[in-house]
Amino acid sequence: MATSAAISAPPPGGARALLQRLRNGDELARLVSLAFASSILLVTVGLIYQLWITSALPRHKFGFGFLTSSLWNPVSGQFGALPFIYGTVITSTIALLIAVPLGVGAAIFLSELAPPRISSTFTFFIELLAAVPSVIFGLLAIFTLVPLMRDYVEPSLKKLLGFLPLFSGPIYGFGYLTAGTILAIMTLPFIISISREALLEVPTEQREAALALGATRWESTWQAVVPYARLGIFGSIFLGLARALGETMAVTMVIGNDPSIHASLFAPGYTIAAVIANEFSEATGDLYLQSLVGLGLVLFLLTIVINAMARLLIIATTRRGSAHP
Amino acid sequence: MTLRNRSRKTLSYVMLSLTGVCALVAVAILFLMLGYLVYNGWRSVDWDFFTKLPKAPGETGGGMANAIVGSFQIILLATVIGLPVGFMAGIYLAEFGGRTFAFLVRYMADLLNGVPSIVIGIFAYAVVVVPMHGNSALAGGLALAVMLIPITARSTEQFMSSVPQTLREGALALGASKWKTIATVVVPAAYRGIATGMILGVARIAGETAPLLFTSGNNAYMSSGFTQPTASLPVMIFLRATAPYEDWHRQAWAAGMVLLLLVLIANIAARLILSRGIAVQK
Amino acid sequence: MKKSNLWLGVFGALAILLAVAQAKVLINAAGATFPYPIYGKWLEEFAKVYPDAQINYQSIGSGGGIRQFSAGTVDFGASDMPMTDEQIGTFKSKPLHFPTVLGGIVPTYNIPGVSQDLKFTPEALAGIYLGKIAKWNDPELQKANPGVKLPANEIVVVHRSEGSGTSFVFTDYLSKVSPEWKTKVGVNASVSWPVGLGGKGNEGVAGVVKQTPNSIGYVELIYVLQNKMTYGSLRNAAGVFLKADLESVTEAAASVAKTMPADFRVSITNAPGKKAYPIATFTYLLIPSKIDDPAKKKAIVAFVHWMLTDGQKYAASLAYAPLPKDVVAKEEKQIALIK
Repeated sequence: MATSAAISAPPPGGARALLQRLRNGDELARLVSLAFASSILLVTVGLIYQLWITSALPRHKFGFGFLTSSLWNPVSGQFGALPFIYGTVITSTIALLIAVPLGVGAAIFLSELAPPRISSTFTFFIELLAAVPSVIFGLLAIFTLVPLMRDYVEPSLKKLLGFLPLFSGPIYGFGYLTAGTILAIMTLPFIISISREALLEVPTEQREAALALGATRWESTWQAVVPYARLGIFGSIFLGLARALGETMAVTMVIGNDPSIHASLFAPGYTIAAVIANEFSEATGDLYLQSLVGLGLVLFLLTIVINAMARLLIIATTRRGSAHP
Repeated sequence: MTLRNRSRKTLSYVMLSLTGVCALVAVAILFLMLGYLVYNGWRSVDWDFFTKLPKAPGETGGGMANAIVGSFQIILLATVIGLPVGFMAGIYLAEFGGRTFAFLVRYMADLLNGVPSIVIGIFAYAVVVVPMHGNSALAGGLALAVMLIPITARSTEQFMSSVPQTLREGALALGASKWKTIATVVVPAAYRGIATGMILGVARIAGETAPLLFTSGNNAYMSSGFTQPTASLPVMIFLRATAPYEDWHRQAWAAGMVLLLLVLIANIAARLILSRGIAVQK
Repeated sequence: MKKSNLWLGVFGALAILLAVAQAKVLINAAGATFPYPIYGKWLEEFAKVYPDAQINYQSIGSGGGIRQFSAGTVDFGASDMPMTDEQIGTFKSKPLHFPTVLGGIVPTYNIPGVSQDLKFTPEALAGIYLGKIAKWNDPELQKANPGVKLPANEIVVVHRSEGSGTSFVFTDYLSKVSPEWKTKVGVNASVSWPVGLGGKGNEGVAGVVKQTPNSIGYVELIYVLQNKMTYGSLRNAAGVFLKADLESVTEAAASVAKTMPADFRVSITNAPGKKAYPIATFTYLLIPSKIDDPAKKKAIVAFVHWMLTDGQKYAASLAYAPLPKDVVAKEEKQIALIK
């Protein structure tokens, strides 16, 4: 059995030396765990590679036009990604517009105002919401949200704001607005939980200083505490966005499956994830299938970028927060 | 009090109450939705649901025995592949990692974590379904394993890293080798956190539907072995919910309730385990 | 950790047991949603007669059936639309089409306050799906239904979201009766629909129509009957308004039964004949002409044979029309071509 001195000595080189090192249990353990860790690298590289080569056909045929064309016609072999990019962006935007005020507001309440017991109980339940599978949100959305939107919310919006193109046109129940709403519900727990943690990191001196200067409770929260935590809050928003972009099942079940661009929020549409889910098993012909994979690649790149930004923001907060004893 | 101060105070009350409303709405949504699901599911679930196979469209009755077993088959495969790999990778990151390589692995793991599950499904399709010429539980299990590995690796690393260095040094000082220290001291010290991470990871993949749609597909019967198309609960929920038959809706609610209860129980159990024991004593 | 190991062990054993327990021939098939109710019934009944085979049919749409059949991921496929020459060309040995039943595609609708059967002219149906007729009380619709008070609500159009044989037959019909449809949209399993929501499968379209007021969709007759939905009658080529039923669907095939091409690929939409329903179609099983596995071959041949004889008896109870006798005779001969 090797001693700690042997562990800290640099390993000798050469093949014979390799065998000798292997006899050393630590080296074996290191190599074995290294192998497993490399599998993560292998899988990720493999994933990117696979996505790239399996979307070669549309890339060669359409080039950048793939991203800008809004025509998706399997009959004529025209495949453009724009309707799906549009749908993905619109539904995610709606989701954030609803979830951010609601989520940040709830996070403020849970970190600043609520007594610790209530805060942790509420947070526990909200974090459970994050664990609910997407297909269950979809199941609930079909039977509760769609009728609600179709019979109450959308007609009221149409009556009030029907002059705007956003709220005009026939009402289906299925469509961008409904998909955005269920996405909002799914994104909410992430925003609340991470924003709450960011807010809790804010040192009490910030709050106290503002109050000492005569601010009301709200003013001290809004003008002293929240800005201090804004990096973490933005991080939570980006994380929520990344989640919303890739969300498949709940959206597929309520978006209406129409591969075109519509101005109205009531209209049916499509997102990248939804079209892949619906059409992948039966795309006839290589160009069709590879166009769907191409869409997957676009989604992949989009979520990487957003996730990276989210992580940077969250790291920046924790680094700042941990400076405080 | 001046008018301005009064209005500031009122604003303060209003805004703060609004935040309370926000929190209430968030929790209310949870309870309303889940309550509705459990209410519908409770009325719909029966013994047949767990024991019978699905029937032809239009016929009432039947159940989802094949989907329940199929889900277990797929999840079993995913955990058998994903947990050990993730666990060992986590150990590497926490105990052995060099600067650059560990950074790379960590970065890739986080990247993989953020990839939408449907894209992972595409990967599993290209790598398993195409060469095998067909859907299989293997393909579905692999897709889920690819999702489980980075989750497990990062959570294992997190909890291993939080074990104080003093414990390691104590073992080393007593003459234990590094791997023995890890196996007999560090891992047991962090095991609660590691177990929690694993349970949460499995609970997360148990509810995934998108990657299974074109990897494990669906099967009207029990799937024998891992190389046949396999039914699974999430896929069945999707298929039943989007159909017109009332009886199928009933089954979708039952399946939804069963799936949700499993996922929630796993989550609550994991959190209780973690809170019950603080990983290491100082 | 130990407890979870135990559970892993238990389920592992279960899975392995299941793997070993099945000594049956496992056959995978996929395709059209149009005949899914009867195929489901057939497979249930066939399993009683031939217990050694387990045939798993997944209803994913004709497009999916053709795609998986061509890719070899299933043992046989099912489609409402015959394969094109191009699709057949990808096979080394030409696949065989076996018509199974006849079905009718009906316009089903969900209009609050209207429980009567509406009459649809070809122009009305095309107009609705082109997006030109936007409201239920449009003159074109009101004209054909003088006795019904149609509301001024906007029509919610529902079509298929994926590659569908049902869509193929429906667009085939629309192309025959509407030159505008033919040039603007055309015929295919998956077209660029001018308006409307997409539902997945016949089930999905029926599902959406059933729960969305003011909607209209096109689905196979049995889905409408099983879900007690309202459906309308269509004016056929002879000028008669007909609802889809056993008689009118069978009549649509009567004109082609004798002149059926050898490979059975034919369209019977807008058939002549006073009693012929205008949107009727055969639906096909796509069987490879060469099956390597002898056990699978035996089972599939037995199934096709059973389908042509005993299976036909179940058709009527599920509102599908059984095959004409001449067609059955020709198909029996085609079975010999499966090597």
